Amino acid sequence: MTETTLPRPLLGRLLRGAASRIRGGEGGFPWLAASVLATVLACALFGPWIAPHEAGAISLADAMTPPAWEEGGSSEFLLGTDNLGRDILSRIIAGARVSAVVALYAIVISGLIGAVLGMAAGYFGGVVDALISRLIDIQMSVPSIPLAMLFAAVLPPGEAMVIFIIVLSYWTWYARIVRGEVLSLRERDFIALAKIAGVATPIIFIRHLAPNLLNILLVLATLQFGSVIVFEAGLSFLGLGIQPPQVSWGGMLADGRNFIEVAWWLITIPGIAIMAACLASNLVGDWLRDTFDPVRRQI
Amino acid sequence: MVTSASSSNESLLEVQDLKTHLFLKRGVVRAVDGVSFDLAGGETLGLIGESGSGKTMTGLSLLGLPPKPAGRIVAGSIRLGGTELVGMGEEELAADVRGSRIAMISQDPMTSLNPVFTVGSQVAAPIRAHVADGNSRGAALDMAVRELDRVRVPSASARARDYPHQFSGGMRQRVVAAMAIACQPEVLIADEPTSALDVTIQVQLMDLIERIQGDTGAGLLFITHDLGVAASLCHRIAVMYAGRIVELAEVEALYRDPRHPYSQGLLASVPRLGQRKRLTSIPGNPPNPLSLPTGCAFHPRCPHATEQCRNEAPPEVTLNDGDTLSRRVACWLEA
Amino acid sequence: MLKRIAQGLVAIVGALLIVFVAQRLSGDPVALMLPMDAGEEDFAAMRSALGLDKPLPLQFAIFLGNALQGDFGQSYQWNAPAMQLILERLPATLELAMAGLVFALLLAVPLGVLSAVHRGGAIDRAGKIFAMLGQAVPGFWIGLLLILFIAVELQWLPAFGRGDLSHLLLPAIALGWYPVAAMTRTLRSSMLDILESDYIRMERAIGLPERAIVWRYALRNAMAPLATMIGVYFANMLGGAFVIEVVFAWPGVGRTVVEAVFARDFPVVQAGVVLSAVVFVAVNLLVDLSYGFIDPRIRHD
Repeated sequence: MTETTLPRPLLGRLLRGAASRIRGGEGGFPWLAASVLATVLACALFGPWIAPHEAGAISLADAMTPPAWEEGGSSEFLLGTDNLGRDILSRIIAGARVSAVVALYAIVISGLIGAVLGMAAGYFGGVVDALISRLIDIQMSVPSIPLAMLFAAVLPPGEAMVIFIIVLSYWTWYARIVRGEVLSLRERDFIALAKIAGVATPIIFIRHLAPNLLNILLVLATLQFGSVIVFEAGLSFLGLGIQPPQVSWGGMLADGRNFIEVAWWLITIPGIAIMAACLASNLVGDWLRDTFDPVRRQI
Repeated sequence: MVTSASSSNESLLEVQDLKTHLFLKRGVVRAVDGVSFDLAGGETLGLIGESGSGKTMTGLSLLGLPPKPAGRIVAGSIRLGGTELVGMGEEELAADVRGSRIAMISQDPMTSLNPVFTVGSQVAAPIRAHVADGNSRGAALDMAVRELDRVRVPSASARARDYPHQFSGGMRQRVVAAMAIACQPEVLIADEPTSALDVTIQVQLMDLIERIQGDTGAGLLFITHDLGVAASLCHRIAVMYAGRIVELAEVEALYRDPRHPYSQGLLASVPRLGQRKRLTSIPGNPPNPLSLPTGCAFHPRCPHATEQCRNEAPPEVTLNDGDTLSRRVACWLEA
Repeated sequence: MLKRIAQGLVAIVGALLIVFVAQRLSGDPVALMLPMDAGEEDFAAMRSALGLDKPLPLQFAIFLGNALQGDFGQSYQWNAPAMQLILERLPATLELAMAGLVFALLLAVPLGVLSAVHRGGAIDRAGKIFAMLGQAVPGFWIGLLLILFIAVELQWLPAFGRGDLSHLLLPAIALGWYPVAAMTRTLRSSMLDILESDYIRMERAIGLPERAIVWRYALRNAMAPLATMIGVYFANMLGGAFVIEVVFAWPGVGRTVVEAVFARDFPVVQAGVVLSAVVFVAVNLLVDLSYGFIDPRIRHD
C-alpha cells in the first residue's frame, strides 16, 4: 500500500500557492504613500523655510479668504485663510511639524519602554512575566481616551503631556508583540547556546534579542505613526492636547468648527492632512510588514 | 470478491469525454482530461489512482463543483437518467441534483461537519432543501433521526442534538454518510471515505456503505487509492492516470490480468496473500500537472515505452474479456 | 470563567490605582479647595480631614474603600456626588455606543460577506479602499464632515443634541465609522477560510442553496472571531464617544468629563474614567460569555 501512495498531492500544493498569491497579491513599493510621508517629514524638518507665511501671522483684512480655486480666492493664500486671516497652508505645514515631532517622540519612547518590558517578560518568564503581563492587562482595561482625560486634568498641558499620554496608551502594543516574539526566539538554538556559554544577560538582550526584534519594531512604529497622529489630533481637537499658539491639525479643526456654516475649508483641509499622513504611514507600514514578514505574522 | 455486474444494463449515469481544467496563474492543469464511463443502478465502480490523478476532481465534476474560481468543466457530457448536467445552471444543480440525485460522502469526517450546528440539523438540512414534506423543521428533524438510525448511530434521537465535536471520527463519518443518503440519491460518490479512519472502523464503514447501496439501489462511485478496499467492494474498476482513465475492467479480470503497464505496476505494488515475490513500486514520480508529458502521459515511467508512446496519445480500445464482459485500455501495446 | 472575573477585578483595581496616582499627581488638592487667604493651620486641618496626612498605602486603601461604594467625592462645579452625575449621563453614552455598533455591524457584515463571496470583485475592491480610509480618517472629522454636508448644506438631519432617532443618526455614523473597516476585513478573511472548508464543500455537495450556505452556515462560523472584535470595539467606542459627544454636543459621559477637565472638576473626571474602565471590563467579560453561545466547542469545554 505504502508504495502506491505517492508524494504529497502536488495539485493541492499548487492550488494553495495560487490562493496565497492572489490574497497577498499587491507587492510593489507604495511610491505615492512614501512620498506623502516624506512630505510630512520634510514639513517637520524644514517647515519654517517652506511655508509661504508665518503660521501665526494675523491679517484681519484677509480673513476668511477661500482657497485659491474658489471664487474670491487669492493666489497668495493657496488654501485660504481662517477667521483671523492666517494662511491655512502655512498652518498645515506648521501642524505637520508638531504632529510629526510629537508622534516621533511618542513612538520612540513607547517603543523603548514596550520593547524592554516585553523582552524582560518574554525572556525571564515566571514572576517577571506575570507582573508585566498583568500590567499590560490593567493598562489595556482602561480605554485610552478616558485615560488621556484623566492626565489632561492633572498635568500641565502641552507637547510633553501629549507625548506622555500617548506613551501611556501605546507601550502595551510593543510590549505584547515583543513578548510574543521573544517567547519564540528564546527557544531557538542561538539563544540557548549563548545562555549555556554563560553570556551575560544584558549582552544576550542587546546582541542577540534586539537585532531580531528590529524589523518587527520598525513595522509597528510605522504602522503606529498614523494612529498616533490621529490620537494627537483628537486630543488637540478637544483642547486637551497641543495648546495655542502652537499649531496643530486637531486644534485647527476645533477652531474651524465654529465657522462650519461659512467656511468649509477650515474643517476639510486639516482633516485631509490628517487622513493623508495616516493613510501614508499605514500603507508604508503594510509594505514593510509584507516585506519583512512574508508569512504574515499577526501584527 | 464481487463477480457479477448489476442486474440492469440500463445506464444510470453516463459520462462522455469529460474535461475539467484548472486555470491557474502558472498555467492550465488538465485535471480531468477526457474521462468516459457509465454506471448502472446498484453497481459499484471503483475509481483508482494516485493523488493528483484526477479522481477526486472527476467526482466533484459530477456534482458540478470543481474548485472555484480556477476549476471549470470545459467539455464533455454527464447524463444522469437522461438529463444533461453539464451546462446546467448553478441553482438548478443545487436544487435538483446535488444531494437529491447525486450525493457525495467526502474524504475527511473530522472536517466535513459544520462545527456550530447540531448533527441533527445538519442531516435535516438536505431533507428540508429537497424533500417536499421535509419542509417543516420538526418533520425534517424526525427524518434526520431516522437516517442517523439507518447509519447505526446509537441512540440517534438523543445524539441528534449534539454537536460534531462530541462525536468520534467513525461516528462523524456515519453522520456524513447520513447526510449524503438522506434524500435517497440515485448516485452516491464516496471519496476515500475510509482513509482517515483506523482499520476496524474502515471495515464497519464499508459494510455500511454496501448495505446502504443494497437498500437504495444507488449506483456507487467509489474513489480510492487503496486497491484492497476497491477489490472487495467494486464490480468494475477504472484506473486513472494524469486525468485519464487508462484501463477500465471487471474487477476479477483486472486483478487477474492487468493490461495497461500502469495497472500492472499498481497491482505489483500491492501485497497479496501467499505471494512471496518482492513488492515492486512504479519507478519515477507522477507527472507535473502543469506540463504533462507528450503522447502517453505515462511513458516516462513505462518499461515498454516506444517512440510512438512519446509522440502520440494512445486511443482507447475495447477488448473482449470473454462472453459479454469488455474492458477498455488506452495503451499502444493493445492498439 | 471565575478566573476571567478575577482578572477583571484585578484590572479594575489597577485602573483605580492609576486614577489614585493621577490624583496625587494633581498636586495639593487642598490648595484647590481652600480660599486663597487660608492659613497654614487651615491647610493642616483640611489635610487631616481628607486623610492626606496618612501614609500613601493607607490613603489608597481609603480611596479604594470609597471607590467601591461609588464615592469619588463631590463635584466642584455641580455640588453633587460625582459618580451620580456620571451615572445620569451614562444612558446617553450607552445609547450612542450601541447605535454606533449597530451602524458598524449593518455595514460590516454585508460588506465582509460579499467581499469574501465575490473575492477580487467590485465590492471587494471597494471594501479594501474603504478599509484603508476607515483606519486613517478620525471619527470626529467624519462627524464634522457629516455636520457640514448633511446638517448644514442639505439640512436633512439635526447637527446637535440628543432627542429622537434623527439626532442619533449622525453621531452614530461618526462613532461607528472606525470599526467598520477592521470588522469588514476580519469577517472577509474568516469567511474566505470558511468558504473553502470541507464542511462548506459538503453543504454544497448536498445541494443546499448557496444563499443559505453563505448567510447561515458559513456566517455563523465567522461570527466567533467577530464577537471578540465587537466587544473590543464596543468598549473602545465608549472611549471614542468622548470626542464624538463633544462634536455633536451629545449630553453623555464624555462631554461631561471633558467639561470637567476644563473646570478642573477632578472628582467628576475620576468617576468618569473609573466608570468607563468598569464598563470596558464588563463588556469584555460578556463577550467571553457569549462565545459559548456562538461556538458550541467552547460551551462544552
